[in-house]
Amino acid sequence: MIGANEQRVGPEVAAGSVTHEACPVAYDIQRVRFQYRSDTLPDAEWVLNDVGFQVKAGEVLGIVGPNGSGKTSLLKVLAKILTPQQGTLRLFEHNLAILPQQDVARLVAYVPQETQQPFSFTVAETVVMGRFAQRTPTLWSGGFGWEDETDITVAAHAMAMVDITHLAARLITSLSGGERQRAIIARALAQSPTVLLLDEPTAFLDLQHQIDICRVIRQLKEERGFTIVLVSHDLNLVSQYCDRILLLDRGRVIRLGHPEEVIEPEILESVYRCQVLVDRHPSSGLPRVTLPSRPVSQGT
Amino acid sequence: MASPTSQLAPADSPSVVPPLLTGNSVEQMRAWNYSRSILTFQRWIVIIGGLTVASLAVCALCLQFGATKLDMGTVMSALSRLPDTGALDGAGGDTSAVIMLHIRLPRVLTGFLVGGSLAVVGVTLQALLRNPLADPYVLGVSSGAALGVSLAMLFGIGTTLAFLPGLPLFGFIGGLLSLVVMYQLARSRGCLPIQSVLLAGVILNAMLTALIMFITSIMDPNRSAGLMAWLMGSLAVTNYGILSSFALYVVGGASLLLQKAQTMNILTFGEETARSLGIETERVKKHLFVLSALLTGAVVSVSGMIGFVGMIVPHMVRMLVGSDHRVLLPVAMLTGGMFLVVSDTIARTILAPAEIPVGIVTALAGGPLFLYLLLWRKDQLA
Repeated sequence: MIGANEQRVGPEVAAGSVTHEACPVAYDIQRVRFQYRSDTLPDAEWVLNDVGFQVKAGEVLGIVGPNGSGKTSLLKVLAKILTPQQGTLRLFEHNLAILPQQDVARLVAYVPQETQQPFSFTVAETVVMGRFAQRTPTLWSGGFGWEDETDITVAAHAMAMVDITHLAARLITSLSGGERQRAIIARALAQSPTVLLLDEPTAFLDLQHQIDICRVIRQLKEERGFTIVLVSHDLNLVSQYCDRILLLDRGRVIRLGHPEEVIEPEILESVYRCQVLVDRHPSSGLPRVTLPSRPVSQGT
Repeated sequence: MASPTSQLAPADSPSVVPPLLTGNSVEQMRAWNYSRSILTFQRWIVIIGGLTVASLAVCALCLQFGATKLDMGTVMSALSRLPDTGALDGAGGDTSAVIMLHIRLPRVLTGFLVGGSLAVVGVTLQALLRNPLADPYVLGVSSGAALGVSLAMLFGIGTTLAFLPGLPLFGFIGGLLSLVVMYQLARSRGCLPIQSVLLAGVILNAMLTALIMFITSIMDPNRSAGLMAWLMGSLAVTNYGILSSFALYVVGGASLLLQKAQTMNILTFGEETARSLGIETERVKKHLFVLSALLTGAVVSVSGMIGFVGMIVPHMVRMLVGSDHRVLLPVAMLTGGMFLVVSDTIARTILAPAEIPVGIVTALAGGPLFLYLLLWRKDQLA
């Protein structure tokens, strides 16, 4: 079992201390096909069709594509929330299909696009739940499993990182969408993962917190060696903050590469079926996408 | 909030991007008083200790009431003779001691265990279905268990099984089947919408009740009258034999559920989140289904259909102690026990010497609350 005997002493040591630092490939995905099976739809379309790529350890990979292109499904497959019908997935050279869920959760944290919670947990209670995977399974770890010093420190650190310490005692049901999203990101960080999977992490955030989260993402990569895979509709954000971009369309990988290789007008136009303007970001020099302007009639 | 374009640069020039944690947030983090926002062991001990004392007090108080009111001194002197096994047989000719030890005490204890179990099953179903209105009675689990028990009674089986008391077993099978059917009916595209869950429960309830009515109608009239009285929810028929085997079911089931408290916390965030936090959801769900049905089966075989305890009590308790199942489950057990003991005391004193089924009292208390939650707090439930 991975990391079962590891003693985690604090957030600084916890992150990235799993046994895979030597492994240069975080995910190795080969010929993955996935469909949502149901009795009423026996011949559903493949949501992911023959998807194969690698995620390098320590990179920030952005997944983009039009609606229904399979981005979220792909992210859920990486988190072992969904199990593909065909193909192989290796997570740091472990076969994901046979890796116990708790071991996956020790390596991989997943932040869903939206979180619904009918009951009134506090923010701190929510964040501390992220520590569950790191506990050694015992008879009562799923029952009482009281938080120890490490759990509290890691949770406090995670909350401070996304600026929600002041919300700790608030109920998760009383938060705004953006605050809740940050609480869920804190819970993911409290898992002390090596890989972070984010589904539209900035969707509910205002400009300031969008930039904060993007900075946290870069810092997790640079200071802690995190591998981050994020799904976003925001091509500019992905272009500025991701090392590589994976472009999906109808469940197939269209292109994978550096922002310059993917954010190209011809490719985007063929996938998104609309006109876009691509120029350079004034300070980073990375590609920047602009939507075509509305027709402005001369002389009015 | 407008940022100059140049600051959007990802290049981590130190002048633009603050370090991971600034000194200020480190201080904030250190100053964070976690005991106010998460459940600590100390708080758990205080809450559980306090409620245990309260439960004992409530039970002692309720022992006084009945067809004849006894004062606290009589209650205590009768209770003090309990360790003496001989007292249970003859009670030394003392009428009030006989009433106490043979009638009221087993009834109060059974009531406590029934109420506690119903509340615990309610909490479990609510976590499992992510639905604050879930209740074994409303969802048809109790009816399923009642059908199982009725069938066993019709064919005269159950009572003949040697060690395992047979009736709870039939209740368990009936409850589990109806729970699984309800779950499959309500599930659509991987979600469990609150309204579909309730609808599935209502329909299931109607069909199962019809089947139970059919059984009572083909039964010998003398026996069917007893079956009807039991169905309405009553703690009238109880003795130490029933109580001890029932207590085994309750203690076993409740401690196995308590062993999943943390898991239930995580499950309330939905199955996908639970998986991503390291829970084998399919396995845990099966365990919770089986344990809920087991407790419901045991309860129904002892006391018939007592409604709404599993919904009212968790709702009250959540407002007082929060949603963490590590405290919610034991508190629901104690509070549910107190609630039913008090309800039963009302049921047997309000028209004394006659008594009304306790199910009527709980339904009259719980029904309006259920409607209130359904109608006026829709926004929170959606």
